[in-house]
Amino acid sequence: MTLAPASHAVPLLEVHHLVKEFTRRRGFFGRSTVVRAVDDVSFDIGEGETFGLVGESGSGKTTTGRCILRLVEPTAGEVRFRGEDVLAFPRERLRRARRDMQIVFQDPASSLNPRMRVGAAVGEPLAIHRLGTRAERRARVEEVFTLVGLDPALARRHPRELSGGQRQRVGLARALVLSPSLVVADEPVSSLDVSVQAQVINLLMDLQARLRLTYLLIAHDLRIVRHVCDRVAVMYLGRIVEVAAAASLFASPRHPYTQALLSAMPVADPSVTPARLVLDPASFDRSAPLREVSPGHWAAV
Amino acid sequence: MTETPPADARTPLLVVEHLTTTFDVGGRHVAAVDDVSFELSRGESLGLVGESGCGKSMTALSILRLVPPPGRIAGGRIVLDGLDLHTLDEAEMRTVRGARIGFVFQEPVSALNPVQTIGDQIAETIVVHGGGSWREAREQAVDLLASVRIPDPARRVHDYPHRLSGGLRQRAMLAIALACRPALLVADEPTTALDATIQAEILDLLASLSHQNQLALLLISHDLGVVARAADRVAVMYGGRIVEEAPVAALFADPHHPYTRGLLASLPGGQPGSRLRAIPGAVPTIDRLGPGCPFAERCDQRHEACDTSMPPVTRRPGGRRVRCVLYPDRPA
Repeated sequence: MTLAPASHAVPLLEVHHLVKEFTRRRGFFGRSTVVRAVDDVSFDIGEGETFGLVGESGSGKTTTGRCILRLVEPTAGEVRFRGEDVLAFPRERLRRARRDMQIVFQDPASSLNPRMRVGAAVGEPLAIHRLGTRAERRARVEEVFTLVGLDPALARRHPRELSGGQRQRVGLARALVLSPSLVVADEPVSSLDVSVQAQVINLLMDLQARLRLTYLLIAHDLRIVRHVCDRVAVMYLGRIVEVAAAASLFASPRHPYTQALLSAMPVADPSVTPARLVLDPASFDRSAPLREVSPGHWAAV
Repeated sequence: MTETPPADARTPLLVVEHLTTTFDVGGRHVAAVDDVSFELSRGESLGLVGESGCGKSMTALSILRLVPPPGRIAGGRIVLDGLDLHTLDEAEMRTVRGARIGFVFQEPVSALNPVQTIGDQIAETIVVHGGGSWREAREQAVDLLASVRIPDPARRVHDYPHRLSGGLRQRAMLAIALACRPALLVADEPTTALDATIQAEILDLLASLSHQNQLALLLISHDLGVVARAADRVAVMYGGRIVEEAPVAALFADPHHPYTRGLLASLPGGQPGSRLRAIPGAVPTIDRLGPGCPFAERCDQRHEACDTSMPPVTRRPGGRRVRCVLYPDRPA
């Protein structure tokens, strides 16, 4: 089974049969149980593509993103970046690979060190990777500040002195300072005010066009996913239940879970009478494999 | 969504007039809620929508007289069913809370007592407010869980909160809030912590409770999709003030205030991949507001007067109110 993106010859990222299990013990003397947060997940992302991973809390979308960057170690499976097996990388090789694969977190207020000036926070990855002289690093920080639409003069401020939108731009600048090709963006706008979200979404799209970035966008807001993603995978209880071009997925969802999820999408239009579908988990086979229901559109039905 | 009868056909249950709630910031009084007025009738739901710091939650807390110090209600009136809440002492206000006004907040986890069963928590609310004996109250608890559509209520009534999923916990909170059959329900971001599918269920439940049980619902949310789904009328807040209020269909179909227009235009939609029409700048903090319109610095139709004086609230056709110089008084 291949899920190669239609229009991109060589996938930048390939994920095959990824599994992540967590062991959880109920109570002090309780028996430990194994929870499969990510259960046999496979997908490819082409260079320059925006790939959306959607699902509700507990679906495994965030864990999938972290396994790809080895921020958590997967239990099984394969992650290939430019054809190389990321999971087999020794420490030093992984460190270098991380220059090319970066993450933007949901809440920049908690992912940035509150005591560090934001300019230092953005320059920190350069220092860690011992890139350039002090002056070169400073110039690069200034450059990425401008790139994400921040006044370089703000570099001397602390995170709390910035607005939510400015802090998320700092988070982006920190991710981009090493010129990565893949950015995993985990709920990058969901902590922002609605009137500021659009600015950051526009910025993400601009940066992609200018820097030829590849995005893995992890999000629960389907309105945003529909707007920015080329292809979308829907996760439910650790598994991908459907993956397709965004237009195809939103126009004709095939899996019962996708259909229920789309019907619950909040619409800022009271004239749309929402016909909400209630998901009956007994109505489908959780272990059904993905099959191609139309060209490039896969569903576990 | 049912048609809302014209406002003059009935007496509103809740009347909020010129409500102002201030905080002392560095020796200066800043208004978190500034000259806010609205009415709410039985069986009607009003969505109060806005971004962080716009004053929507503080409006709710003011109505409940739960403004945390150093904040205080500095002016205005809150009248519930003819009763001026400002005249009540704290003991009387406690009776009103729970018995006349039910409330649910965003985080059901922290609001529920972890060591008491759901049923006992509902029953306690009923007993405390003199609604009957423990025995009767426990029986009512089962009915209440059924009314918020918790499956198998006779069994669930014995569950502790941690046994319930997020969606069921929020329903249990709702059951507690409704235990004394309040006339008004204040729901502040009741679905924000929930997944989309659960969120839609709770909103539909709130809307039907409001219409079927003649409950007045004040629904507070930052999400326009949420108020579009469950509100009959919508008031948009910005910088502590209501900048526009209208019936839900009219507000979304023909937003008047530049902020409302900008907010709706900035939502993802239209051609995928197209640039969104973002509102420039950031949401102001209340301590930095000047004497003029709070939205002026981000407004694309700003006039000179906008910076120096606060535009008055004007009445427009179709039961709409707007606070913007672009719209002079023109009642229907």
